[in-house]
Amino acid sequence: MEEFIQSKFNYWIYVLLMMLGLWGMIAKNNMIKKLIGMSIFQTAIILFYVSVAVKTEESNIPILAHHGKEYSPKYADKLNKKYAEKHKGEGYGKDSGKSDSEDSSHEHGKKDASSEKVAKYPKTPIVDHYSNPLPHVLMLTAIVVGVATLGLALSITQKIYRHYGTLEEDELLKKVRAEDNG
Amino acid sequence: MKLLSGIVCGFVGLLLLYGVSDPDDFPAWGDPNSPASTSPISEYFIQNTMKDSEVPNMVTSVLADYRGWDTMFETVVVFVAGIAIFAVIRSFDVDVGAVKKPKVREADLVLKHTVRLLIPVIQIFSLYVLGHGHGSPGGGFQGGVILGASFILVALVWDIETALKRFSEKQAIFCAGIGIFIYAGFGFLSIFFGAEFLNYGVLEPILPGIHSSAKARYIGMLIVEIGVMCTVASVLYLIYALLATRGRMQGGL
Repeated sequence: MEEFIQSKFNYWIYVLLMMLGLWGMIAKNNMIKKLIGMSIFQTAIILFYVSVAVKTEESNIPILAHHGKEYSPKYADKLNKKYAEKHKGEGYGKDSGKSDSEDSSHEHGKKDASSEKVAKYPKTPIVDHYSNPLPHVLMLTAIVVGVATLGLALSITQKIYRHYGTLEEDELLKKVRAEDNG
Repeated sequence: MKLLSGIVCGFVGLLLLYGVSDPDDFPAWGDPNSPASTSPISEYFIQNTMKDSEVPNMVTSVLADYRGWDTMFETVVVFVAGIAIFAVIRSFDVDVGAVKKPKVREADLVLKHTVRLLIPVIQIFSLYVLGHGHGSPGGGFQGGVILGASFILVALVWDIETALKRFSEKQAIFCAGIGIFIYAGFGFLSIFFGAEFLNYGVLEPILPGIHSSAKARYIGMLIVEIGVMCTVASVLYLIYALLATRGRMQGGL
């Protein structure tokens, strides 16, 4: 049970927030409060997506460091030359790739095998070192679209208020029915 | 009614918790082997963003290039929402309602001068966020929101008329449309060069100083994000102006 709570606490928070939003949408009588509930609901979904993107402790934001120079084919020749010069006296070319590669090489077995020549750069980013970019992208657009649609909802609420003079649901229904009947 | 909705919420919540509790169905917090993270798509994005587009920020490259089609329609949704708000709430009748036009008040001295100093900084920062979206967190959506906020600040401190003098309603709607036009037009441009819609890699010959298709994608993303920024900034400003004045576009808060 403890493990279930600890290893899944992101889901607990997401379910809690989502139910809070659902409660707001169903139980509250005021339209604006319903909209606030809808916003909380949306936030819960965003939290869910982003928390799924998280990987291990050492994984980072999905942005390559130093403008990704080490991973870019464009700078590869330059960096390889630099690297070869730096490691000239150390018998470069056998297995010296391990000495200053914190985040590469040793996790990829085939890199060690092919380190006979200068081909150290461009490195390939280790997938586990970056959190999953896809949920971040989806939520980035969802947030802005959420703001725009919330604005639309608010404008409709304002229109309703101007027409009926109230935002309470029960009073509104009464007025709508009275209008329908006569 | 409250009791009933409480029961519904509790029941749905318990169902959801039951759903996520199964270790086979939902990965634990920070599990690197979760299906979302081990999918070949996610792996491809991480490993090939530098090769394909020279953009170190994977979120930007996925947003504007790999999933450019999706982002284009997200921008269209923002635009349509802005137009819908305009259609719902805009009233050209001055006498609607019993609200009389508030007196035009002069802004507070301290507030006025602070905001005068702040607004250029906010706007430059929004351009920075846009331009630096390739290498750090940022991009068109975020930059657009900051730019829109600077116009909203003018409307908050002075009144809506002052803001409209600088960025009128017509201009805002025009800018929102222009943003979509930039995005979609740039997508169509690549069709003329024999590639798919929004495949900026082939635009290398017409972009000055670009010698690789990866760099062409880099510039293509920037242009597309400028389009997104135009739309988002002007739509947010429009939403504020319409909601704050009940669609009358005068007086307001």
